[in-house]
Amino acid sequence: MLCVKPYSMFCKIFIIPFYEMWELPDIFVQTLWEGLVGGTLYSLIALGFVLIFKASGVFNFAQGIMVVFAALSLVGLHAIGVPAILALALTVLIMLVLAFAIERVVLRPLVNQPDIILFMATFGLTYFLIGFGELIFGGDPKVMITKQLYIPTGTLSFDFAGGRVEMQKLDITAVVVASLMVAVLAVFFSKTRIGRALRAVADSHKAALSVGISLNQIWIIVWFAAGLVALVTGIMWGARSEVSFALEIIALKALPVLILGGFTSIPGAIVGGLIIGVGEKVGEIYWGPLFGRGIESWLAYMIALVFLLFRPQGLFGEKIIERV
Amino acid sequence: MFYREAGQFKTTYRADMATFPITQDRIGIAIILMVAFTVIPYFGSNFFLHAIMIPFLIFALAAIGLNILTGYTGLLSLGTGGFMGVGAYACYKLATIFPEVHILIWVVTSGFVSAAVGIVFGLPSLRIKGFYLAVATLASQFFLSWCFIRIPWLVNYNVSNAIEVPRRTLFGVHVTGPEATPHARYFVVLAIVVAMTWLASNLVRGRIGRMWMAVRDMDIAAELMGIKLLNTKLLAFAVSSFYCGVAGAMLVFLYYGSAEATAFSINQSFAILSMVIIGGLGSLLGSFLGAALIFMLPLLLPPFLGSLGLSIQAATAEHLSFMVIGALIVFFLIVEPHGLARLWQIAKQKLRVWPYPY
Repeated sequence: MLCVKPYSMFCKIFIIPFYEMWELPDIFVQTLWEGLVGGTLYSLIALGFVLIFKASGVFNFAQGIMVVFAALSLVGLHAIGVPAILALALTVLIMLVLAFAIERVVLRPLVNQPDIILFMATFGLTYFLIGFGELIFGGDPKVMITKQLYIPTGTLSFDFAGGRVEMQKLDITAVVVASLMVAVLAVFFSKTRIGRALRAVADSHKAALSVGISLNQIWIIVWFAAGLVALVTGIMWGARSEVSFALEIIALKALPVLILGGFTSIPGAIVGGLIIGVGEKVGEIYWGPLFGRGIESWLAYMIALVFLLFRPQGLFGEKIIERV
Repeated sequence: MFYREAGQFKTTYRADMATFPITQDRIGIAIILMVAFTVIPYFGSNFFLHAIMIPFLIFALAAIGLNILTGYTGLLSLGTGGFMGVGAYACYKLATIFPEVHILIWVVTSGFVSAAVGIVFGLPSLRIKGFYLAVATLASQFFLSWCFIRIPWLVNYNVSNAIEVPRRTLFGVHVTGPEATPHARYFVVLAIVVAMTWLASNLVRGRIGRMWMAVRDMDIAAELMGIKLLNTKLLAFAVSSFYCGVAGAMLVFLYYGSAEATAFSINQSFAILSMVIIGGLGSLLGSFLGAALIFMLPLLLPPFLGSLGLSIQAATAEHLSFMVIGALIVFFLIVEPHGLARLWQIAKQKLRVWPYPY
C-alpha cells in the first residue's frame, strides 16, 4: 500500500478505491458493465426528452410517466388475452393516439407561450396520466411479459482475471436494442424528408412555417417518436425490475444525463447517459461506503454540475450565443 | 365605478410611493386583514384552521419565496423543498441547543441558515441558465434530501429519525407542541406571513426588486447598466431561500408537529413551483391564489366527486382527482398563461369601467 496513514481521509478518498480497482479487476469490470447498462437505459429516457426538446422546445416532464404508461398498456393488453405481438402493435397505436391528443389538447392552444408555461403543462399532463393509468391498470406492480416478446433471459458468465464476470442476457439485449434505436433515429433525422423537416423546425419555428412545414404534423410525429422510445424504455426497465409507477422516478435520474449531454444533442444523450451510468455505479461501489450508502441519488447531479461549470450548454449542446 | 383612481391626487412623493397608493386598495387590504385576524378565527372551526388555513398560509409564504427567485429574477429552481427542509432542521437544531431562546425567534432566524445554503447552491446560476439551471438546482434538492436522511445529528439521533417538535409557549399560551390549539398557531402563522409578505412587497418594488427584474428581463443588458450579476442573483437566492426556510420551519413546528425527510422531498418542490406558475409569475397576490388553488384542490375534489352521486370507491376517487388536477393545471394554463393574478387585474379593469364597458 502506498498510504502512510491508511486511515486518513485523504487516503480513503484518493488512494484506496483505486487500489481496490487494481487489485480486483473482475469486480471493477463487473461494476463498469452494470454502469454501462444502467447508462444505456438512462440514455433511452434522455433520448425521449431530447427528441421533443429539439423539435418543439418543450421540456417534457411527462417522459417518465409516458414510459410507465406504455409499459402498463402492453402488460395490461396482454393480461386481457391479447397475444403479445398484437399487444405490442396496439400499444404503438395507443402511443400514436396519445401523441395526437397531446398535440390537440395541450400543445396547440399553448403555442407561442413561454417555455416555463409549456413545462408546467407537461407537469399537468404527468398528473393526468398518473391518475388515468392507475384508474385503468390499477396501482399494483406488474411483471413485464419478457418471454412472450422473445427477449432472452438468463446469465452469461465468463472468467476474467482470476474472477468471474456475469452479464444478464437481458442487459445485452437492452444495449443492442438501444444502439439500434439510436442508429435508426440518426438515419431518420439525417436522411429522410420528415427528419429534415424536424431539424428545420428545431432551428426555427417561423422559418419552418414559411417554407410550408406543418408544425402540428411535426409535433405529432415527434411526440409519437418519443412515445416509441418510451415504449422501448418501458419494456427494458420493466423486464429488469417490474412495471410500476415507481418507474416514473427514473425520469428524474435521466435529467442529469440531459444537462450533461446538452438538451439538443442525440449523441450527447448517449454519451451523457454512459458517463452518468458508469460514474454513478463506480462512485456507489468504491466511494459510497465513505459517505454512508445512497449517494447514487445525488452523485449523478454533482457529476453533471461539475461538467456544466466548464461547458454551460452541456457536452454536445449548441453553443449559446447571446445578443443584446 | 367601484375601482376608480380618478380624483385621488398625490401631493407628496411619499404618498405616491406608498405600498397601496389607491384608497380602494387600502380599504380592501384592511378588510382582508380584519377578516383574517378576527372573523376567520372567531367563526372557523378547529378543523378549518388547522387543516386549511394554516397550511395554506405557510405554502403561500413558500410560494412567495420561490416567486422572488423564479418570477422576479427569472431563475427557475426545483430545489424549494430542500431549502424548506434546511429551515426546518436548522430550527430544530437551534431550538434544542439553545432552549432558553424563544422558539419563534428560531423559526424566523432559521431562515438565515437556509439563506446561506441557498447562496452556495445559487453559485452555478452565474454560469448556467434556463432549464439547465432548473436541473442543476435539482442537485441541491437531492443532496439536501440525502443529508436529511443520512445525517442523524440533524435530528439529535432520534430513533424515529424525525423532527419532534418541543413544547413552547408564548405569553403563557402553547404555540408549538401537541398542546397548542389551532387558534394559537393560526395567529402566529398569520402574523409571520403578513409581516413577511409586507417585507417582500417592499423589497420587490424597491431598488433591489428593480435589479432583480432587470436581470430577469435580460441579464446582459442589466450588467451593462451597472447591475452586478453576482450580487443580484445570489441575493435573490438568499432572500428566496430565507422565505422558503421560514416556511419550512413553520410547516414542521406549527403544522405537522413532527416531520421526516419525506416532507421536504422533490414532490414538495414541484407543488410549490406549480403554485407559483398557476398563481402568476412575478406577483405576490398570485402566490396566495396559486397556493390556495393547488393546496385545496386535492382536499376539495374527493368530496366533490363523491357528492356527484356516483357510488365510487375511495381509490377510484383519488385517481379521478389526480386526473382532474392534471387537467385543471393544463386548463388554467391555456385559459390564463399569466396566472390567476392576471384574472384579478382583468377584474379590476372591469370594475373600473362598470357599468359602461367599452
